[in-house]
Amino acid sequence: MEILMAFTIGILFMSATYLMLSKSLLRIIIGTGLLSHGAHLLLLTMAGLKRGAPPLLGEEAASYADPLPQALILTAIVISFGVTSFFLVLAYRAYQELGTDNMDRLRGTEGND
Amino acid sequence: MSLLHLAIISPLLLALLVPIFYRYFRQIHTGWFLLPLPILLFIYFLQFISHTKNGEVITETAPWIPSFGVDFAVRIDGLGLLFALLITGIGSLVVLYSVYYLSKEHEKLNTFYIYLLLFMTAMLGVVLSDNLIVLYAFWELTSFSSFLLIGYWYHRERSRYGAQKSMIITVLGGLSMLGGILLLHIMTGTFNISEIILQSGDIVNHVLFIPAMLCFLLGAFTKSAQFPFHIWLPDAMEAPTPVSAYLHSATMVKAGIYLVARMTPVFAHDGIWIWLVAGFGIVTLFWGSFSAVKQTDLKGILAFSTVSQLGMIMSLLGIGAAALHYPQLDDSFYTVATTAAVFHLVNHATFKGSLFMVAGIIDHETGTRDIRRLGGLMNFMPITFTLAIIGTFSMAGIPPFNGFLSKEMFFTGMVRVLEMDIFNLETWGFLFPVIAWIASVFTFIYSMVLLFKTFTGKHQPDKLPKTPHEAPIGLLISPIILASLVIVFGFFPNILSHNIISPAMESILPGLLVEGQAFDVHIYFWHGFTVELFMTIGVIALGTLLYFTYPKWSRVYGIFTERFSLNRAYDSLIENSQTGSYNFTKTYMNGSIRTYLVYIFSFFVFILSVSLVAKNAFVYDTSNVSQIRIYEIIIVLIMAIASVTILFAKSRLTAIILLGAVGYSVALFFVVFRAPDLALTQLVIETVSVALFLLCFYHLPKKRHEERMSFKLTNLLISIAVGAVFTLIALSAHSSKFFEPISQYYVENTYEKAAGKNMVNVILVDFRGFDTLFEICVLGIAALGIYAMIKLRMTRGKEG
Repeated sequence: MEILMAFTIGILFMSATYLMLSKSLLRIIIGTGLLSHGAHLLLLTMAGLKRGAPPLLGEEAASYADPLPQALILTAIVISFGVTSFFLVLAYRAYQELGTDNMDRLRGTEGND
Repeated sequence: MSLLHLAIISPLLLALLVPIFYRYFRQIHTGWFLLPLPILLFIYFLQFISHTKNGEVITETAPWIPSFGVDFAVRIDGLGLLFALLITGIGSLVVLYSVYYLSKEHEKLNTFYIYLLLFMTAMLGVVLSDNLIVLYAFWELTSFSSFLLIGYWYHRERSRYGAQKSMIITVLGGLSMLGGILLLHIMTGTFNISEIILQSGDIVNHVLFIPAMLCFLLGAFTKSAQFPFHIWLPDAMEAPTPVSAYLHSATMVKAGIYLVARMTPVFAHDGIWIWLVAGFGIVTLFWGSFSAVKQTDLKGILAFSTVSQLGMIMSLLGIGAAALHYPQLDDSFYTVATTAAVFHLVNHATFKGSLFMVAGIIDHETGTRDIRRLGGLMNFMPITFTLAIIGTFSMAGIPPFNGFLSKEMFFTGMVRVLEMDIFNLETWGFLFPVIAWIASVFTFIYSMVLLFKTFTGKHQPDKLPKTPHEAPIGLLISPIILASLVIVFGFFPNILSHNIISPAMESILPGLLVEGQAFDVHIYFWHGFTVELFMTIGVIALGTLLYFTYPKWSRVYGIFTERFSLNRAYDSLIENSQTGSYNFTKTYMNGSIRTYLVYIFSFFVFILSVSLVAKNAFVYDTSNVSQIRIYEIIIVLIMAIASVTILFAKSRLTAIILLGAVGYSVALFFVVFRAPDLALTQLVIETVSVALFLLCFYHLPKKRHEERMSFKLTNLLISIAVGAVFTLIALSAHSSKFFEPISQYYVENTYEKAAGKNMVNVILVDFRGFDTLFEICVLGIAALGIYAMIKLRMTRGKEG
């Protein structure tokens, strides 16, 4: 399963990179969203996907899934959510003020770079 | 701190008081307050002569950075004392001269004298430091204060150009010298010059020896305006004349000479040193005197003349260093060049200082320095004329002035190269006397041009801005003192030889003397009918002939200036480096974020794939994998299809929904892989994010039609490469596990120590609670930031 997940993550990263190289600001942010999904799954996969009970002691199981990467991912999800929402509002304000979402047109002018 | 240290930094301390003098004693010229200091210092340094005469060396050390071996070590020996006397002596005269030269109403005297005092400290520090790092610090201070002084009239474009040029060239040399200092430190383990000299025999075969030598020589050549680095000196003539007289004839330009003389015992064990120093010196001598003839500005002639004379001293030092390779020292046969170098150093300071002051007087009293407009000043300015005769005749090497003596000794030194049989000097050594003789002819010509074009011939009152008249006595005192020294040293050269020259030679050529012996320096007017005498006669004869036929051969210069314009080379170098770096920056910094991302991603792919291959780090191992189940394949497929379809989505709404699909399948993965808390969070957050995306989408500027993402092959290749690198690294990392995870601890202790049963939550708030604290901060900052972005609407018009 880990092998398969490695390839899935590769596909996610590929799409994310392609989106981030595009001209539209919204697509770039979609790309960062995909990138963080890829990173979270990578964290989970690298810890091993051995079968075991969910990390709840009430289960009384012989083996549990590793709780540490889950805690890390939880933190990462929240942080990337905060950053993504900030970026989205930034993009929204940029549309409002500048009237474009084309990255090629969002450039400093000669006297202002 | 000793009295000696205080003497070195006393000009700096006095500089602190200058603004007070300038501000509160406006009636008195600020220069008067300064004048006592250099005089006192001169007297203070004079008393050391009685010590150095007997070969004594006075050292004082004050700790500065002891852990690095950098101490403010001061060492007074013959060479250092000679320079210290020059600096303070001519410094006093220059301060006196500047009092009359600079008007107290029109000039900013406070800045002028602060720069001048800064320079005096720097120069004293250079010549008296025994520690190379301290020497370097003072060395850069001389460059810096010289820069300030050249740019003193900063409203003039030429001043700024000259200041910048001299700064660039001398700092280039200074930095190279710092490199040489560090190389010497690597070889010897000390920064102390006297200790380095003791080890000079051991390091001569070290692999860093030649690089260190070249670094030092670059420093010395740039500072002392040797060919081809002499180009800054003529442009430095934009400085006020007292500055030119002080810095650019008598003291600062001799810092390079000082460095070469000081480092001779270290480096002269190698023949390359002798060839480079003597070779560059002789070329500079020729080129400087050759170029001086065609100048029309008095200070321009003097600048090239300074270049030429510095080249002469440099070549003498180079030839003189060969004496170290001849152990027998029964007579002064091989050391005469060193004697001549030291003697001419003193002579040049006297006559060149006075000539600059004369040029300043002419400028001051007639309003121009252009020799084409001057002429016939003899009758108006008899005293100045007399001073000019003494100075120029001494410069040309005509008896009975001191320049004649040093010129004779210069010829002696050069002719004796013919007797030398080391370092291939027997093959090419004959060039030295030949070039020296030709250069002396040109020296004679420009000296005569300087004198006769200015003072004789027809007086042209209509071309002069002012009516010429004799200068006030105050302006004349300093050049009179210098000119009398020219005569005194001319008639009684031996008052210098035992007190000054011999101790200085001991510093330059140590180890040649046995205990109690001293260099036998005797300077005579009359040697008998020797080859040097005939050379001098030849110089005067040919020089006179060429002077009178100058209009006939002056076209020679037309060819040379066009072809060998070093200034043009310098200017185009500066300009090309500017436009070149501008164009270079312009090419790769094009302002498009896509380009920068391409750089970043390509570098990422490159560095990771190369290190994977180079380190042989890729491992593939399937023994440790878990089983694949059918519903996992379904989720993988959904996710892969969704993420790839985003790329082809025509409408942005589709892309947002597909991103949501990926997010929810990630949540499904969390369910499958036994992570209930993650699944919950992921579901909620994905929902909110998609809502935000939709909000954003709703506010998009309305376009007539939405378009598909344009296809670019480079983008595709880069993204495939990024994805592939991630896959490879994931596979490799998974296949090489080096130790067991630490999670067993959490499993065992979650309930016993933290009283919880949900391990993930206990880790988040108990074992690793700090992560959570700051993650809350991140959310808080994001929320505040969003609020501020929406609420604060400061446009440019409303600001302030």
